[in-house]
Amino acid sequence: MNSNAQVASYTATSAEISPSALRRHGMWDAVLRNATRSAAITVLLLLGGVIVSLIHDSVLTFKTFGFGYLTSESWNPVTEKFGALAPIYGTLVTSFIAMLIGIPISLGVAIFITELCPRWLQRPISTAIELLAGIPSIIYGIWGLFVLAPFLQKYIQPLLIGAFADVPLLNQLFAGPPYGIGIFTAGIILSIMVLPYITSVTRDVFETVPAVLKESAYGLGCTTWEVVRHVVLPYTKTGVIGGIMLGLGRALGETMAVTFVIGNSHRISPSILAPGTSISANIANEFTEADGALYTSSLIAQGLILFVITFTVLAAARLLLLRLESQAGKRA
Amino acid sequence: MSLMNKTVRSLLLGSAAFLAVPAAMAADISGAGATFPYPIYSKWAAAYKDKTGTGLNYQSIGSGGGIKQIKAKTVTFGASDKPLEQKELDESGLTQFPAIVGGVVPVINLKGVQPGELTLDGATLADIFLGKIKSWNDPAIAKLNPKAKLPSTLIAVVHRSDGSGTSFLFTNYLSQNSAEWKDKVGAATAVEWPAGIGAKGNEGVAGIATQTDGAIGYVEYAYAKQNKMTYTKMINHDGKTVEPKSETFAAAAANADWAGAPAFYVILTNQPGAESWPITGASFIIVYKKPDDAAALGEVLKFYDWAFKNGQKDADALDYVPLPAKVVDLVEASWKASIQASWK
Repeated sequence: MNSNAQVASYTATSAEISPSALRRHGMWDAVLRNATRSAAITVLLLLGGVIVSLIHDSVLTFKTFGFGYLTSESWNPVTEKFGALAPIYGTLVTSFIAMLIGIPISLGVAIFITELCPRWLQRPISTAIELLAGIPSIIYGIWGLFVLAPFLQKYIQPLLIGAFADVPLLNQLFAGPPYGIGIFTAGIILSIMVLPYITSVTRDVFETVPAVLKESAYGLGCTTWEVVRHVVLPYTKTGVIGGIMLGLGRALGETMAVTFVIGNSHRISPSILAPGTSISANIANEFTEADGALYTSSLIAQGLILFVITFTVLAAARLLLLRLESQAGKRA
Repeated sequence: MSLMNKTVRSLLLGSAAFLAVPAAMAADISGAGATFPYPIYSKWAAAYKDKTGTGLNYQSIGSGGGIKQIKAKTVTFGASDKPLEQKELDESGLTQFPAIVGGVVPVINLKGVQPGELTLDGATLADIFLGKIKSWNDPAIAKLNPKAKLPSTLIAVVHRSDGSGTSFLFTNYLSQNSAEWKDKVGAATAVEWPAGIGAKGNEGVAGIATQTDGAIGYVEYAYAKQNKMTYTKMINHDGKTVEPKSETFAAAAANADWAGAPAFYVILTNQPGAESWPITGASFIIVYKKPDDAAALGEVLKFYDWAFKNGQKDADALDYVPLPAKVVDLVEASWKASIQASWK
């Protein structure tokens, strides 16, 4: 019965659109509209639910410690004195190191693939980068702990400590002893983890640059660097910044790999070789055995802080993009 | 039509039969908590299921989680490496009993030093973890090891970063032997460590300790033994030097004053006795005195009764220490006295 009707409607549309077919089309449109709309609303509801529960559960912490929770370095489960400064510091510094190392390498890889790479090598490099994104973070953590950390401890860190021993300020930044694990190692692991995200986004946007623009620049006698600097990057800056933000988001929230190599110590040291902790590592470490309402609440409050940090970073990126766009408009 | 009816009926019957299977298995015991005893509980559970058909669904989510779950009544028993105080038990109508004993051992990584060659005591260990003793040839260590050739290597302290019953036993032991540790740090599943680096889990501590020359950490005995790590001997409460092994853990468990402790609140660290290993601990089971489902709790008690009587071999194989017989008698007497569930 049903299938007969369909056949009828198809034959009808081929000749002329019958009112019943029109009605049916309208109905399907409405179904699709409502289905997609409810999918979108679900996301908003989930996000709202997460925010509400984070705020609800961290009220106790902020009532107890007030603003001091954000400025205190102490984290003592025995006396229930909690402060989130060390994890906040660790989160920001490891992400900064990750970006410092990750952005140049990612952009380099993307430029090489799109501008300079022989065609036969493009696919292997792209695949290798994408495979990096598929490795579970626990594998990065174990690799970091058993392979990278001993290597850094034996070769790189003594070198850094020795090289900067007589330079003021830098000798504080690279002060020993070389533990192998710490803020610096976590930053390196994160830089490897964000690499595929930034690279694949930037490679994709670099490929959207019209060949005619690049060829005109080359025709004017530009070097490859000048083409990249003055044609490719200005044309794709929105996408590049988007890719970097994606990577930064990952670096800020990464948990497992960081927990293994950051050293998990609630202290802020001027040296980046010293052990530290990050928000997500701290929550992952202590949540299971957190007894007492204030302890649990203090961990959830850190989740809220991480949420705020991530949101601020994303909002700042949006603002930056808006500024860039309006300036570009003015210049034109 | 009739064919369709038949199909529907057979489908219904089939699904009814299918549903009946889980119904028969609904008698499975459910528990959650400490990770430390998880290997032995699951081994016992497998043997018990072969014998009786009753399975155990134990989620090793950590002691803190176990306490929360039993208070929320989502499980029939909770498990914790840290006993609850009588007051906290009474508030929720709970009671607890010890189920298995294990030990924590200091492990070191020092070139040329073999397992069991070095001896430490509580005060020295506390000073090392406080960061006051910084190198291996410190006079305090040399005094305890007159024969050993100690290098000037710096000590790298490694501790657990995740909250854990192992850390609780270790810090509890240090608190008993050092007033400074007790004041400054205290004892808990996670503390504010004054020195060193934190590693996740036994495997993390073992990993960093084996990679770093001069490292000292602490792990569960089974972990140290199976990975052939360099452990130290300890000087115990009676001033005797003891080696970590099943016998010395059992001695600590046997010498503790179980009968005199309300709700079995005994922490087995620093127990008297010439043979007692000083950093020993029991893992506890927490249940309701007046359970909503007395039959389910009865199954839990039956399981542990069986395990106390038949589980020694499995415990030995996994380097745990079964409860001494006289402690088992005390535990079962307490069941009879305070828990409203039948297990015989």
